[in-house]
Amino acid sequence: MEKNFSKEFLSEMNRIKGFYPNKQAMLLPALHAIQKERGWISDDTMQDIADFLEIPKTKVKEVATFYHMFHTKPVGKYNFQFCNNIACWLRGSEQLIHHVEKKYGIRMGETTKDGKLTLSEVECLGSCGTAPVCQLNDDYKENLDLEALDRLLGSIN
Amino acid sequence: MQQEIVFSKYYGNEDVEHLDYYVKNDFGYKALKKSIEMGAEKVLQEVKDSGLRGRGGAGFPCGTKWGFIPKNSDKPKYLVINADESEPGTFKDRAIMAYTPHMMIEGAIIAAMTIDAHMIYVYIRGEYVKEARILEQAIKEAYDAGYLGKSVAGTGYKLDMCVHRGAGAYICGEETALLNSIEGKRGEPRIKPPFFPAAIGVFGCPTVVNNVETLAAVPGIIQKGSAWFKEFGPERNYGMKLYCISGHVNKPGLYERPMGYPLMKLIEEDCGGIWKGRKLKACFPGGSSSPLLTAEECNVNLDFDSLAKVGSMLGSAGIMVIDDATCMVRVAVRTAHFYQVESCGQCTPCREGGTWLKDLNVRLEKGEGKIEDLDLIEDICNNMDGTTICAFGEATAWPLRSMVKKFRVEYERHVTEKKCPFGHAGH
Repeated sequence: MEKNFSKEFLSEMNRIKGFYPNKQAMLLPALHAIQKERGWISDDTMQDIADFLEIPKTKVKEVATFYHMFHTKPVGKYNFQFCNNIACWLRGSEQLIHHVEKKYGIRMGETTKDGKLTLSEVECLGSCGTAPVCQLNDDYKENLDLEALDRLLGSIN
Repeated sequence: MQQEIVFSKYYGNEDVEHLDYYVKNDFGYKALKKSIEMGAEKVLQEVKDSGLRGRGGAGFPCGTKWGFIPKNSDKPKYLVINADESEPGTFKDRAIMAYTPHMMIEGAIIAAMTIDAHMIYVYIRGEYVKEARILEQAIKEAYDAGYLGKSVAGTGYKLDMCVHRGAGAYICGEETALLNSIEGKRGEPRIKPPFFPAAIGVFGCPTVVNNVETLAAVPGIIQKGSAWFKEFGPERNYGMKLYCISGHVNKPGLYERPMGYPLMKLIEEDCGGIWKGRKLKACFPGGSSSPLLTAEECNVNLDFDSLAKVGSMLGSAGIMVIDDATCMVRVAVRTAHFYQVESCGQCTPCREGGTWLKDLNVRLEKGEGKIEDLDLIEDICNNMDGTTICAFGEATAWPLRSMVKKFRVEYERHVTEKKCPFGHAGH
């Protein structure tokens, strides 16, 4: 069964297992690690994780579908996650979102046909003092305005 | 007003997050060494004497919480750090973890040894990827220096610490949902009473859950004493505090000021007033879960008791300032949307109420609402208040009820004029 996993995944699991009294507690770390490698969490991946942690697949699925950051369908190479919560909205986040929608002909939650860019809405990212903010994959892009956003979009093309 | 910058003195400096820097310039684990000399009982008394109240939102006395851990239990005990910081408007714990992670780690080690815990979990929100990396590095430095591991500072006390990343769920900031999340479950809050985390916490064992900022305040209290800590802030609300200000001020950001600092002074003097020459209309003083204050009500001091007196709360000190060109119904739509999306769905009043509140506010904002909708919003809020497993019900109901109560005329105009009087919220 371990053939399904990379060396990096197995060594990460090995590093953390001593911190938890049972295997199910390793579920969130395992899902993070596997998503980092595979990009998203498919049904087969859920089965792999269930086998690895020796827990029922239903337990993996109910957790993977509960947390917003676990993708149960593929996302674009560049995931633009805009905060549109109060603080960002007060500083003009809506305008930024509309700009991306118009420029790429996609709506919130959609991915461009070439699989390159996904537009997602996320809730408060804890960056309200430097709002509006967008999380591009793992990285925060703060104090955005239309000009900065265009530069950012240009840099991924 | 007496103040001494404790947390944010070195923010932004190069290498500030590393152990060497912390040892050279800051508490540098001297407080840990002092706490070992004092012993657990005296440390607990010192923290109790300081009057330190939890900085996560509820303001519960920290020493009292530590004191709840049963001394004669055979079960392992745990310390869990709530670094899930997700309350809209809040970004103070992120700064602590990015700039002074060792201040939090030192406070956590002192706390763990006081409650006899041998494992510390830092539950950090999944989005804080960079901060989690910094924290991992800082924890490794603490292991290498012998402050964590088989023998804390040569005492023979075994203590481990690991970062456990969340994955995007506001509800996991609720401490029992957080504990379920560590256990590898859905982040659904547990019913309490009868069992609170101090009795049955993570993995069924006695657990203390403390906020990042609360623990970061501990080294100062131990090193300089509870009397020093009480020099700042009014009675029952002591210490220095990180205030997060966002929205329509000229200089938003993080400000370290004493507890009890006047809100208007913060807005007008520190933050340079309202942007674009506009006027203050309203303000959330403690994250989006706190009842909104009107401009007149903003003449208040920022501490737990003062804000409770005016019917709101300090919460996580996430202050969101709103100018007079902003449509309040639109603010309500954004607020309701958040609570609708983030409800864990366990309790009907919260799951259904959030959706109803969102839909009603959207309808009103479009100018398609009825005058009865205003009472309906209040009615739904009343039915969510106190009827759910966790405080999420109140967190939704309180701000949304406060908006319709305090800005009723504006809501009514949306109905009578059949459109939003502000157009697109002034942007």
